[in-house]
Amino acid sequence: MAEEKERKGDGKHKYSIIVPTYNERLNIALIVYLIFKHLRTSGLVIGEARFCNLGIDSSCGWLIRDESFCLDVDFEIIVVDDGSPDGTQEIVKQLQHLYGEDRILLRARAKKLGLGTAYIHGLKHATGDFVVIMDADLSHHPKYLPSFIKKQLETNASIVTGTRYVKGGGVHGWNLMRKLTSRGANVLAQTLLWPGVSDLTGSFRLYKKSVLEDVISSCVSKGYVFQMEMLVRATRKGYHIEEVPITFVDRVFGTSKLGGSEIVEYLKGLVYLLLTT
Amino acid sequence: AMKHVVKILSLLVAVSAFWIVLLQAAIVPQSHTWLLPIYFVVSLGCYGLLMVGIGIMQFPTCPQEAVLLNHDIAEAKDFLSTNGIDIGTY
Repeated sequence: MAEEKERKGDGKHKYSIIVPTYNERLNIALIVYLIFKHLRTSGLVIGEARFCNLGIDSSCGWLIRDESFCLDVDFEIIVVDDGSPDGTQEIVKQLQHLYGEDRILLRARAKKLGLGTAYIHGLKHATGDFVVIMDADLSHHPKYLPSFIKKQLETNASIVTGTRYVKGGGVHGWNLMRKLTSRGANVLAQTLLWPGVSDLTGSFRLYKKSVLEDVISSCVSKGYVFQMEMLVRATRKGYHIEEVPITFVDRVFGTSKLGGSEIVEYLKGLVYLLLTT
Repeated sequence: AMKHVVKILSLLVAVSAFWIVLLQAAIVPQSHTWLLPIYFVVSLGCYGLLMVGIGIMQFPTCPQEAVLLNHDIAEAKDFLSTNGIDIGTY
């Protein structure tokens, strides 16, 4: 069924946005609203539309009128909820009622089973030819989705990954210690792995669906090492990877997400990637 | 496809071979040549620390994004409540 849609042959692109959730009752509603806001514009008169001569094809509805873009992207949001006790799934059902069940897919699981398997689960139900993965907690802002899509269309990249560490990107809500560990971890990873991207642990990415399927099948790590492993394996396999700047607002103030055990896990992950990729 | 670690090890082997040749050929005084690996490791460490330091100084921050995000959240909450989505008391 999904293959039939991909082989339609009319060149139209569809973007499946996989959002794993656990107790994100409020955030999932906010993020769905924002995704619709940024992938669908309404009220723009398209009377004098011209096609952009940047080489972007029209298959996802990019039109330029004067200097502004009018967007009409074909997409679906796949919410992979791991049995949240806070009523996340009820909210998703209400959102389905509002936005349409063809746009919002609820593909829940019985209990918390981990991020990697959540992506695999979501992938099975994805009908797009591209897959976006992003966090549900609004640290990834949907306003960057158009820039991911545009970058991919311009470069025909297999993967477009968001980077927080370049000009135009950035982080808010990190103290000095957090920045230090982040930067230290990054330098170490760059030295050991030569990954070809500036932000290895980020998880806001756009993949060609076939590429994601290929890469994810060979990854075994958990947590953020999993994110690193996906990108490193993709680099080793020779896939074309591009980056776009994104901003990351950390709203989880006050909780220490980076203890000693996290650092140990990271180092173990680095060594594992060094030896097996 | 060659594993990455094999690439790195080959590089190390090549550099070591070059170092041994230098030792044998004694173009540079041997006392100096013996110390080269130490110089290399120390330089690598300093370079790493420098990169970390520069990275922290130049760390891109975006305080205005938190403000924008709050606006977006307010806008979203407004839309959702007028459209019947019960997001509770947050």
